[in-house]
Amino acid sequence: MMSEKANTLLNTRKADSRIGHFIRHNTRTIWTVIALILILIVDRMISPNFFNIRMVGNRLIGSPISILDGAAPIVLLSVGMTLVIATKGVDLSVGAVMAICSAVAVVLINRYENGSDNILYQPGFVIFIAVGVGALCGLWNGILVAIFDIQPIIATLILMISGRGIAQMITDGQSPTFQNETLAFVGRGVIFGVPFPIYLALAVLLVMYLLVRRTAIGMMIESVGINSRASYYAGINAALIKLFAYVVTGMCAAVAGLKVAGEVKSADPHTCGDWAELDAILAVVIGGTLLTGGRFNLITSALGALIIQSLITGLYVSKLHPTANLVVKAIVILAVLLLQSEEFRGTVLRPFRRKAA
Amino acid sequence: MKLRFFPLIMTFIVFGLLYAYCYSQFSSFGSMRVVCNLLRDYAHLGIPAIGMTFVIISGGIDLSVGSVIGFTGVFCALMIEREGMDPRVVFAIMLTIGTVFGMTMGAIIYYFKIPPFITTLAGLFLARGGAYVLSTDSIRIKHEFYTWVSKQVYIFPDKGRFTFAAGAFLAVLVIGFFLAHFTRFGRNVYAMGGNETGAMLLGVPVARTTIGVYALSSFLATFAGIVLSLSKRSGDSTIAVGAEMDVIAAVVIGGTLLTGGVGYVIGTFIGALLPGVIRTYLTLDGSLTPWWTKIIIGVLLLAFIGMQKILTVRPNLVRMLRLPSRSG
Repeated sequence: MMSEKANTLLNTRKADSRIGHFIRHNTRTIWTVIALILILIVDRMISPNFFNIRMVGNRLIGSPISILDGAAPIVLLSVGMTLVIATKGVDLSVGAVMAICSAVAVVLINRYENGSDNILYQPGFVIFIAVGVGALCGLWNGILVAIFDIQPIIATLILMISGRGIAQMITDGQSPTFQNETLAFVGRGVIFGVPFPIYLALAVLLVMYLLVRRTAIGMMIESVGINSRASYYAGINAALIKLFAYVVTGMCAAVAGLKVAGEVKSADPHTCGDWAELDAILAVVIGGTLLTGGRFNLITSALGALIIQSLITGLYVSKLHPTANLVVKAIVILAVLLLQSEEFRGTVLRPFRRKAA
Repeated sequence: MKLRFFPLIMTFIVFGLLYAYCYSQFSSFGSMRVVCNLLRDYAHLGIPAIGMTFVIISGGIDLSVGSVIGFTGVFCALMIEREGMDPRVVFAIMLTIGTVFGMTMGAIIYYFKIPPFITTLAGLFLARGGAYVLSTDSIRIKHEFYTWVSKQVYIFPDKGRFTFAAGAFLAVLVIGFFLAHFTRFGRNVYAMGGNETGAMLLGVPVARTTIGVYALSSFLATFAGIVLSLSKRSGDSTIAVGAEMDVIAAVVIGGTLLTGGVGYVIGTFIGALLPGVIRTYLTLDGSLTPWWTKIIIGVLLLAFIGMQKILTVRPNLVRMLRLPSRSG
């Protein structure tokens, strides 16, 4: 007969092993969350009223809101980038696609503002066309990667380099501005006091999450990323899955481009989406998805984007000179990556670890 | 002819055709003036591209080169103008810093298994950030050593000026060629890029080679920064932003495969000059807008990769077509 004491002991053991199981299988996720919390704590230490949110006019103002608002483009890009990286690819062209799509949108909306009554220049259609152009860019990348089997880095490097030229060609070398409120709403609109881009990023994240986790698509993407040929033999259309990932990324980049253009009411082919591809890839890697493809997690990628933006916002509110931003960013990112590296934890943290009983 | 030379030969043929076309349009392409200017203007991209060739052959990538060039420029300007140090001492210090920087990245990549793409991305932020921290102004360098170097010019009969930068570019090319094909280090790099596990089992010192490759890349990027500093005679923290992508494009156009194990230093040399030829043509033509250069470089990149693809797929095709004729 088992005593009551032994029973409780057994139960705690069980609970313990369940937590242990969770930790063992989600190490990277846990380190991501820890890193985000640490950065927010440091932000709070730098600025005591970091978490204060107040209402100004119809709009909530405060660092947490500006983190979420500023992170929206990176979150959007990271959603697509996660899928692409999970298929063992990478998309370097997202910044250039942002520039192309914002250029298309602003040039078309300018025609509407100049009194053209062509239905294609209506704001709603313009947004639709811009996202369509993003999808086309993604399709181009996808065809090069999936059909012609060109290495993703190089295939997307082509659009990365020529994309900015295309964007300049569309705007005729200028940085056109616009006044249309519908298009601007994408970047600076407010609903119930919260900036619209936050809803937008959340909605895209949620839709994609449901799409990959409630259908078999997510599983197929992981399978293609782990072994494309084996997936093909198992009856998965590997090329179609890759195409899907790149098209989604192109559309996400288009929406991110519209956000940036709407925010400043202009499209600058030089600076729109500058370094966006690097931030997006970083967000995905910080989120624990391996560059070698396979297992992915959209939510932790979004957390990775929040880490990057919390860092940037923290640097803004700190008294540190803005020239130091990049150095701090590099050091923090390296620290996060080293924390996630099993080899690093193994060699550096070994002396501190208690020996197993 | 060996099949593995095909991408390289294609690079030469396309470059030759392009140059011939340019020559047919503008006879000045035949002068040493254009050639010398090409070498001078593309030295700061060509020199790191030769380092990048080794990195890519070894199966890695180095995104930090552009930032390292920028940092070097600012560091040299600051030390020479503000601290009054001798340029030669500054160069020695800077080359050491650059090499240690590359070695650190290589060590992180090898020992902590963080992918090269990400490690060198952090390196990109760090070096560029370091340049911003040092100074955000453009600093002119007026030291007499700089004036002396700028006077070391060989002038061709047709007034083509063979400058220090052009000479440095060609010297690095020759050393890079020697290093790749006639040293143990070069062979190890090729072996490692072909198959890292296999190379390790055969006794290739993978740790040392990985660290060496990134050290070489950063060393050459630093050297390129010095060359650029000497020819611009100023330092600016925004110099060479995004140059890493031009460098990678040069290496790929030159016939080096990103999968590692295949590539040639001499191809990279051509790959680095190719955008220059296009840019010179567009400048002489004058009717085309600057953004066309970017688009054309993209198209060229696509054309080269397309050819590489066809050539790497073809061997099977060629074999399939030949077999019956051999047996029959």
